[in-house]
Amino acid sequence: MTDTERATAVDAPRASRAAVRSGTGIRKLRGGALWACGIALLVLSVAVAVTVGPARISVADVWSTVASHLGWGRSRLTPIRDGIIWNLRMPRTLLAAVCGAGLAVCGTVMQSLLRNPLADPFVLGVSSGASTGAVVVVVLGVGGGAMSISTGAFIGALCSFALVLLLSHTLGGTTDRVVLSGVAAMQLFSALTSFVVMTAADAEQTRGVLFWLLGSLSGVGWSDVWICAAVLVVTLLICLGHARTLDAFAFGQDAAATLGVHVARTRIVLLCTTALLTAALVSSAGAIGFVGLVLPHAARALSGSGHRRLLPVTALAGAVFLVWVDTLARTVLDPQEVPVGVVTALIGVPAFVLVLYRSRRIT
Amino acid sequence: MTRGATEGLRAERVSREAGGRLILDGVHLTPPPGATVGLIGPNGSGKSTLLRVLAGVLAPDAGVVTLDGRRLDEIGRRTVAQRVAVVDQHAVTQVELSVLDVVRLGRIPHRRAWSAPGRADDDAVREALDRTGLADRGEQSWHTLSGGERQRVQIARALAQQPRELLLDEPTNHLDIQHQLDLLSLITSLPLTGVIALHDLNLAAMFCDRIVVMKEGRVVAAGTPAEVITEELIADVYRVRARVTPDGPDGRPSVRFLPERP
Repeated sequence: MTDTERATAVDAPRASRAAVRSGTGIRKLRGGALWACGIALLVLSVAVAVTVGPARISVADVWSTVASHLGWGRSRLTPIRDGIIWNLRMPRTLLAAVCGAGLAVCGTVMQSLLRNPLADPFVLGVSSGASTGAVVVVVLGVGGGAMSISTGAFIGALCSFALVLLLSHTLGGTTDRVVLSGVAAMQLFSALTSFVVMTAADAEQTRGVLFWLLGSLSGVGWSDVWICAAVLVVTLLICLGHARTLDAFAFGQDAAATLGVHVARTRIVLLCTTALLTAALVSSAGAIGFVGLVLPHAARALSGSGHRRLLPVTALAGAVFLVWVDTLARTVLDPQEVPVGVVTALIGVPAFVLVLYRSRRIT
Repeated sequence: MTRGATEGLRAERVSREAGGRLILDGVHLTPPPGATVGLIGPNGSGKSTLLRVLAGVLAPDAGVVTLDGRRLDEIGRRTVAQRVAVVDQHAVTQVELSVLDVVRLGRIPHRRAWSAPGRADDDAVREALDRTGLADRGEQSWHTLSGGERQRVQIARALAQQPRELLLDEPTNHLDIQHQLDLLSLITSLPLTGVIALHDLNLAAMFCDRIVVMKEGRVVAAGTPAEVITEELIADVYRVRARVTPDGPDGRPSVRFLPERP
């Protein structure tokens, strides 16, 4: 029995104080346990996911390879198997984790900030802008080969987001205007992408572009992992710094303002930060849908709605989720690969319906 | 203790325009510290806008709002929120929150970024729950509460801000009469300066120390309930006939409306 519990049992006048305290205590414990479980689950998921594939590899092999590359002892594997683990599967699995975490965090922040359970990087048009940028580079050859798909996607994402900000500002700047501007930008850039593909691409390009549009983690390298992870860490820190500010938006922007929040400033800072992270992720892995939409709802059910706990839990849940979905995507039709975005949508839609069904009493 | 002439929250010659129309037109408001001031007036007379300007959510186009003599826009949002709390007529959220979660929101202006809630936060939350009679309801979900309970929780949240000024915009709008009386007794029993926009003249007369009457963005009368609530004023401001009994309970006037002449 803890002290606070004893106080509740023995000392009636202090019961309400104990209720406030023990409430915090239980949640902290649950939060701590959730943290530990989440990290353990993520490490285990990555280790196991790396073993899955055509070449037979054990978890012990994975540990040995990772240890040798980090400078602890020598790998006992052949250079080819070592290369499969360290240069192919490891960056891919880690990027899956980073993308899952990043998209889920972006979705959480956008949903809280715009008070819209449907807000995610797609709805704000960032992903479709990135797609247009990528298609323009691949199909039209803009940049004369000096520009990579990633660069094109990044520029496209920024253009699209700038358009959304400009539109929503012109229309009055309220949260619903931001969402509507996002939907408009999404439609516009999707149409541009289709137009470019239809008019200019040959069959092979179309196939390659389609694969990228649907989201794919094939062929990623360590540089993708480092860039995305760095942006993810910075974004996560900024968002955690705004955790209590995000809580304040629960009853709307006026209520947030009366709790001392600079509404306009907060919204610009957080929307820009999450848009940059989305741009970085999409330019490496394509437009992977549904993670940003569904995972925040699932994470809220696990951790409650306070953002200090919610953001880390969302990140972990998103990471674990996408590691497994990508593993599924590259094995289910072996030797053919399914774009990971297709699998996230196939799993995400029923999950989304389930989440909405469970929360239907909330009006 | 002497009180400076500028103590508390004051509006001086405040004007605010929206869509080319003057919503507030040179409004003065100086609630005496500790008193409950009732804002009455027809729909669209500017009560809500005045409360939003007082809270610093809207900036006035002309005139100033001061807190202890300092301009609201120079103090900083967070500092204002540590002093002035607001309760709206109808709080809506889609987030799954417990009563405790909602009341804890009131501690946001007192907390720093990165910090976990501390002992002072816990104490303020507990006191707010005790004072509003919600001490044993902390774990209940917001979405299972009735309208009256939700307003009570919002007041607890406002109290957790430890304000000296409490602004309420028709807080009893969606409540039945028992809950209206409960809520207003609670609000007026608090040791705070209160400004309440109210529709019900009888409730305003019963619970407020002073009443300010607004019409078309201007203050047209101000004073004690007995001074302000008269048959002439009701006819002038609301364009309805009423019989006012000047010596109701506690010497406060009570109002009975009369049907239109046939």
